[in-house]
Amino acid sequence: MNNMEVLYRQVIMDHYKNPRNKGLVQDELYKTIHIKNPTCGDDITVQSKISNGVVEDVRHDGTGCSICCSSASVMSETLLGKSVDDAIKIKDAYINMLTNKEYDEEVELEEAVAYTGVRKFPARIKCASIAWKAFEGTLDESE
Amino acid sequence: MDINNIRKDFPILEDKTLVYLDTAASSLKPIQVIDKLDEYYKKYGVNVHRGVYNLSFIATEQYEKARRKVASFINATFEEIIFTRGASSALNLVASSYGLNNLTKDDEIIVTELEHHSHVLPWQNVSNITGAKLVYLPLDEEGRITIDNFKSVLTDKTKVVAVTHVSNVMGYISPIKEIVKLAHEKGAVVSVDAAQAAPHTKIDVIDLDCDFLAFSGHKMLGPTGIGVLFGKKNLLKEMPPIEFGGDMNDNVDKFDASWKDAPYKFETGTPPIAEALGLGAAIDYLENIGLENIHKYEIELKDYTMKKLKEIEDIEIYNLTTDTGIISFNIKGVHPHDAITYFDGDNICMRAGHHCAQLVIKWLEVLATLRASFYIYNTIEECDKFVSSVKQARDFFKSVGF
Ligand SMILES: Cc1ncc(COP(=O)(O)O)c(C=O)c1O
Repeated sequence: MNNMEVLYRQVIMDHYKNPRNKGLVQDELYKTIHIKNPTCGDDITVQSKISNGVVEDVRHDGTGCSICCSSASVMSETLLGKSVDDAIKIKDAYINMLTNKEYDEEVELEEAVAYTGVRKFPARIKCASIAWKAFEGTLDESE
Repeated sequence: MDINNIRKDFPILEDKTLVYLDTAASSLKPIQVIDKLDEYYKKYGVNVHRGVYNLSFIATEQYEKARRKVASFINATFEEIIFTRGASSALNLVASSYGLNNLTKDDEIIVTELEHHSHVLPWQNVSNITGAKLVYLPLDEEGRITIDNFKSVLTDKTKVVAVTHVSNVMGYISPIKEIVKLAHEKGAVVSVDAAQAAPHTKIDVIDLDCDFLAFSGHKMLGPTGIGVLFGKKNLLKEMPPIEFGGDMNDNVDKFDASWKDAPYKFETGTPPIAEALGLGAAIDYLENIGLENIHKYEIELKDYTMKKLKEIEDIEIYNLTTDTGIISFNIKGVHPHDAITYFDGDNICMRAGHHCAQLVIKWLEVLATLRASFYIYNTIEECDKFVSSVKQARDFFKSVGF
């Protein structure tokens, strides 16, 4: 009766248990954004280092549910090494996909595609998007 | 008390699969309350205190009748009942009016870590503005407010004690009567947050002798957008209004004005009329069943569930000795927001988070908790469903690697 497997995909659990690119750095070349969702306690900080129009590094740290923490890790892997333009395209496609809006299906979401299941759980969309929103914020800072 | 008949009064429960365990956040509403809102809007949905025509007279009568019901519900007098937007507004009124105008830097305000944000942040604000010192009553090892610990912080400087009647996370009942007695010996006033008490226990403000007491309609079968502040008459008399406008004034001149007596000087603007009437209907409903019966039944459901929950491995319960229908817990290693989605899948509504009470969540040293709360429309079968869902959730999260 409970279709939870749709949500807790292996990829998600893997990143939750073994987060990649976790831990912040003290470096002025990084832009840092901290987002907190006070209703549920998700608390995520994302850092990005952009040089020559390329996402050279993405770091993250924080506490929260598995969807929130894993998505930060998946995001970091997905966006690392991409051009800023591509990173923005992926981010937009991902957010639109989550919120059931039209999105460019040509854009390769890579492992982030595991979060399509979140659409069936409207109350959790925020959890899956908070890290991506923070990344978006770091780009605004860089401009 | 016939639970099946009671359940029939709640239209939302026509969905037989729904298990509603979030009454501590907001209760469900019976048809009697919904009908009362309808009655107002359909038959005499006009303003109060203003029109000199018959329809407005009827609306005003109904509005003031609701106030009389609230007064008798907590054994207060008519003039001591102020309608507000909810418990939060009521508690803020006390701090903004009484607190800001009576406290100075040499005074102390006692608060507790059990308080809902609405009963600690207004006093933080008073403290920041007046320089009065905020003093925290140390909770005992269970997280309770005890008289001994209260005595340890009560001093000649104490001017205000802000304390919750029932904690919305731990479900403990505070020893309000004793606290009030001791506080009064020091000349301090006591503000009681009864948001979680009013739906479940008989409140008698004369017996408690508290100075202020607040609660919300929506947690006690009533509508949202209506709450109550009780204040002792002599205190309200001296307190200035905090909102100014229509209805609350007496005579208005260019550079000054005079106010009506309480409660009206605290009720400016068009009040939540339908909501006040709905609250009156909710009180009728509660009194018809009897608060003692309600409390007894809740405890029955809670005891039954607690016993079963304790037997499940990997469940952490934070308030084993809760005095009400509130159980706070977690599945070990599973963030409450992950857990809550599982329960949602079983159509069980529960709260996950810090419940607007971050101080006690920090005191518990957890990130957040799950909270189940039981009320008159819940059944033993629902308790069983809940317990089995908890077990399945634990197994599921284990199976995917939590
Ligand atoms: C103990 C307690 N106090 C105050 C409140 C605030 O009530 P409201 O949100 O209706 O203003 C609540 C409920 O959220 C509560 O549980």
